[in-house]
Amino acid sequence: MAVTTAEVPARDTPAAGPPGPRRRRSANRWTRRDKLVLGLMIGVPTAISVLLVWLPALASVGLSFTRWDGIGLDTISWVGLRNYREIFTIYPPFFPALWHNVLWLAFFLLIPTPIGLLLATLLDKEIRGTRIYQSAIFLPVVLSLAIVGFIWQLIYSTDQGLVNAVITRFGADPVDWLGNPDINLWAVLLAASWRHVGYMMILYLAGLKGVDPTIKEAAAIDGATAWQTFRYVVFPALRPVNIVVLVITVIESLRAFDLVFVINGGRNGLELLSVLVTQNIIGEASRIGYGSAIASIMLVISTVFIGIYTVNVFREERR
Amino acid sequence: MGDRTSAESALSAVFNRRLFLGAGVVAVGTAGLAGCGGSSSSGGGGGGGGDATGEVSFGSNASDEVPKKAFEATFAAYDGGTVKVNTVDHNTFQEQINNYLQGRPDDVFTWFAGYRMRFFAKKGLVSDVSEVWDKIGGGFSDAIKKASTGDDGKQYFVPLYNYPWAVHYRKSVFESGGYEIPKTLDDMITLGAAMKKDGLAPLAFADKDGWPAMGTFDYLNMRINGYDFHVNLMAGKEAWDGPKVAAVFDTWRRVLEISQPNSLGRTWQEAAQSVAQKKAGMYLLGTFVGQQFKEGAERDDLDFFPFPEVDPAVGADAVEAPIDGFMMAKRPKNADGAKKLLEYLGSAEAENAYLATDPNDVGVHKDVDTSKYNALQKKAAELIGGAKSISQFLDRDADPTFASTVAIPAFQNFIKNPADAASIAKSMEEQKKSIYTN
Repeated sequence: MAVTTAEVPARDTPAAGPPGPRRRRSANRWTRRDKLVLGLMIGVPTAISVLLVWLPALASVGLSFTRWDGIGLDTISWVGLRNYREIFTIYPPFFPALWHNVLWLAFFLLIPTPIGLLLATLLDKEIRGTRIYQSAIFLPVVLSLAIVGFIWQLIYSTDQGLVNAVITRFGADPVDWLGNPDINLWAVLLAASWRHVGYMMILYLAGLKGVDPTIKEAAAIDGATAWQTFRYVVFPALRPVNIVVLVITVIESLRAFDLVFVINGGRNGLELLSVLVTQNIIGEASRIGYGSAIASIMLVISTVFIGIYTVNVFREERR
Repeated sequence: MGDRTSAESALSAVFNRRLFLGAGVVAVGTAGLAGCGGSSSSGGGGGGGGDATGEVSFGSNASDEVPKKAFEATFAAYDGGTVKVNTVDHNTFQEQINNYLQGRPDDVFTWFAGYRMRFFAKKGLVSDVSEVWDKIGGGFSDAIKKASTGDDGKQYFVPLYNYPWAVHYRKSVFESGGYEIPKTLDDMITLGAAMKKDGLAPLAFADKDGWPAMGTFDYLNMRINGYDFHVNLMAGKEAWDGPKVAAVFDTWRRVLEISQPNSLGRTWQEAAQSVAQKKAGMYLLGTFVGQQFKEGAERDDLDFFPFPEVDPAVGADAVEAPIDGFMMAKRPKNADGAKKLLEYLGSAEAENAYLATDPNDVGVHKDVDTSKYNALQKKAAELIGGAKSISQFLDRDADPTFASTVAIPAFQNFIKNPADAASIAKSMEEQKKSIYTN
């Protein structure tokens, strides 16, 4: 995507003259060396991408039409669409998993992302001790999600957890935070958000640092309130960051895995597509074909998001 | 408990146990099991003499503290060479076994008797150890030899110990409550009601990890439909949506009424601690539950009774007693050393050394030193010795795909919605048909 026609005129000076014939000539001015360098710069990443991303992805799609226990290539047998048919008809965890992924995405966009933005805006005001707050809020991001899961299990444990120890002291009944399928996803989302907020805050903070203070001053001189300044001046200036945030949030939601896997193996209310793939392929089950079919479904879903994103980016560029 | 607050001790207990799991999962997330050892340590005499057979690598799933120490003691007593132990979190080891065996497995590794052992033997992922059995065979009963034999009649497994599943309780709790050991399930449910009145959770129960409920299902199934039905059901030859399994779920529903609520958020360690802290009266689990009881007075207070009879026509002579032991990799780096190590592990001395540190299991060797057994071990040995049939456990007797992707969520579903047994059973049958095709 980076290497598009847009880059070709970039070789000319910005003041390059009329378009049209001149441009065609400029393409011909490429030396052999230019072409070689360009070829390598495009070719090597493409080769790596094909080898490490496209081939495995296509192999997965291929395997999704087979039945295979993962032991020896000779045991692969073609079953057509059977895996897909079974996933959609007789595999109870599939639809809950799909729904949980959607919820995960919606929750991430609606809760931790605005909170991260709010914190970033507050911390950008150079209040005293801002570095300490920044470090404290960013700290969970440094931890692996497996560790995050482990910490929150200590908090949520039914009999021995922190939350229940507190609420039972006030006479409430202990709540089965991680075992009750109606609430465990929310409990986990809270834990995941605890980490995601820090991530979003750092991204927005970086974005805010890049906003020219003079435009804020100008808005203030024009008599804008703090909210108006933020809404009509700062936030639009954050547009590039918002796109990055959106992409990161979508990716994080689709690949969400570690936290639920550590907590209960991704079962009982915590099903996610990524976990189902793992349970079928990497776990004891070794239903490679079946797991690949779920992975292919995930691929299709991701492609939809990537498609929307790409279309948007191209539209931006054209403008 | 007296001197420490329960939250404090519980928290530290959770920390100790989970740390292993956490570490294991992190490691696996990056590299897969083949490349990682949770921790490694060398044991063995290391005598280094001229006839030493060199280093043998040993893949261990003994991540819990007690069994880990027991293996250290076992290898310390071995004078045939050096053993390099790679310990991986127990559940992780089991879940990663396919990749492990197809990657670069250790020369000798821990595994279980049952379907999965025979499956790997059939797939040619492990070595035939009949040669070792020629030397150690005299020490084992025919039943144990049969449990170590693959479909082709050759041995692929060297057993170390087994342990029964039974209903555990604290003697002092039964004494102070005036409770009596139930002989039938009806007695147990009546007893449960009495315990409830006394403010106890009658039957501790935990199924966060998914497998413990299999023990409840297995026992109810064997008590209601008999051992043969259990074997056929596990082999995919019987229907899950038939009246026989429906009867099991119906009975289980009654048992759930005396079971600790919120089981899906609880680990077996936490459930065991609720028995240790006298908050729960009974707990159906393998005898490894003793690991959660403090050595000394607390562990001496622990006792168990066999899972009670449900139907007098079927009786209570089937016992769930999984056998743990070892297998040898397909292409061990040090084949001679590995066989020598297996010969040692299949001896009474190895069992004695192991059991001295982990007294929650019983040896399977004929010459194992029973004089050092504690009261519970003696009882466990009697229970297994007196059993007419011995099952391994649902996830060892059944196809592992079925056990992990169908049985676990189905049982958890049943625990959540006991009234949905019929539709759950129907879904299990549909999925079974898709999995058991070859």
